[in-house]
Amino acid sequence: MPVSERHSKLVYDALVAAGVEVVSALPETWLVHLIRLAEDDPERILVRLAKEEEGVGVSAGAHLAGRKAAMLMQNHGLLQSVNGIVSLALLYKIPLLMLISDRGHLGEPDPWQTQGGRATRPILDALGIVTDELRDPAFVQLQVGRGMTLAQASLAPVALLLTRDLMWEVPA
Amino acid sequence: MRRADCLEAIYDELAGCAVVTIMGAVAVELYSLGHRPNFFYLEHAMGLASSMGLGIALSQPERKVVVLDGDGSVLMNLGGLTTLARYAPGNLTHIVFDNQSLLSVGGFPTATATGSDLAGIAHAAGIANASTVTDLEAFRTAAAAAIAGDELTCLVAKVEAVGPKSFHMDLHMLENRFEFQRALRPDPQGAPS
Repeated sequence: MPVSERHSKLVYDALVAAGVEVVSALPETWLVHLIRLAEDDPERILVRLAKEEEGVGVSAGAHLAGRKAAMLMQNHGLLQSVNGIVSLALLYKIPLLMLISDRGHLGEPDPWQTQGGRATRPILDALGIVTDELRDPAFVQLQVGRGMTLAQASLAPVALLLTRDLMWEVPA
Repeated sequence: MRRADCLEAIYDELAGCAVVTIMGAVAVELYSLGHRPNFFYLEHAMGLASSMGLGIALSQPERKVVVLDGDGSVLMNLGGLTTLARYAPGNLTHIVFDNQSLLSVGGFPTATATGSDLAGIAHAAGIANASTVTDLEAFRTAAAAAIAGDELTCLVAKVEAVGPKSFHMDLHMLENRFEFQRALRPDPQGAPS
């Protein structure tokens, strides 16, 4: 599978370095290595969701109980979570760090993934959520750390989009 | 059985717990009994009270967590029951007041009015300790045992579709949120670290 194990590890290590203790996740292809890393990490609490919106509740509960949390999901999971983001995370000022695999852009081979990509940024913008793209592995640790810092300081969601350039390894 | 009486019956048991309620009548009736800093009223995001309770229960395994949910909200997040069952935190008690209606928005019937059995659904989702009670003494006994015990419990209380006269609460959502967060700190005085 050409999902980059190396870059997944970079992202995971960045979450750990940012102090994330509770990871809620719903799998998709680009996230398999990240979720396996969370599974194998006894220091992290991994919550496997049935539907992504639950992760907003889990993360809010973790935050109020004093633990830093992050969500791992596909951009369609973001679409699935919008009410929770609005009426819990935004309404109640919850620092919600979301790592979102940003499917549906250049190079997307799956026809069913091509619609959501177009909606992802406009929806994040409409919600007023600060969004950044993780693209260059050299900056991943810095961006994740800064994303967490901003989420905690602003008490607001922050979205980090996992791009194909980062997550997909082109076989040599 | 009335929900307000149920809440009164367990009010004392809630003293040391992290309590998360749904919006509407449940929030107002608990608030009316006497607000405490360890009560959080989730005034929107229907369905997510149980997910919040899970996040708190996993984050603070030593603290008792009580979620006061309703049929309409649970029906919006049935998948969440499978997530609760999967992690089954022994410090979490999930109480569902089932009045078979969306009381605060006109009283329209929910699917429990036509036979959907939430305790049965919870049990089939994998919550071994899931049951339904229909009278106040049974509720008092079962809820107190669940809160005192160390097993994830889903307790469905069949209640009348009656609510408070007013839904007003003199507590801003954010005031409640920050107060609750402070109450969950290991040092309840909230001394800055």
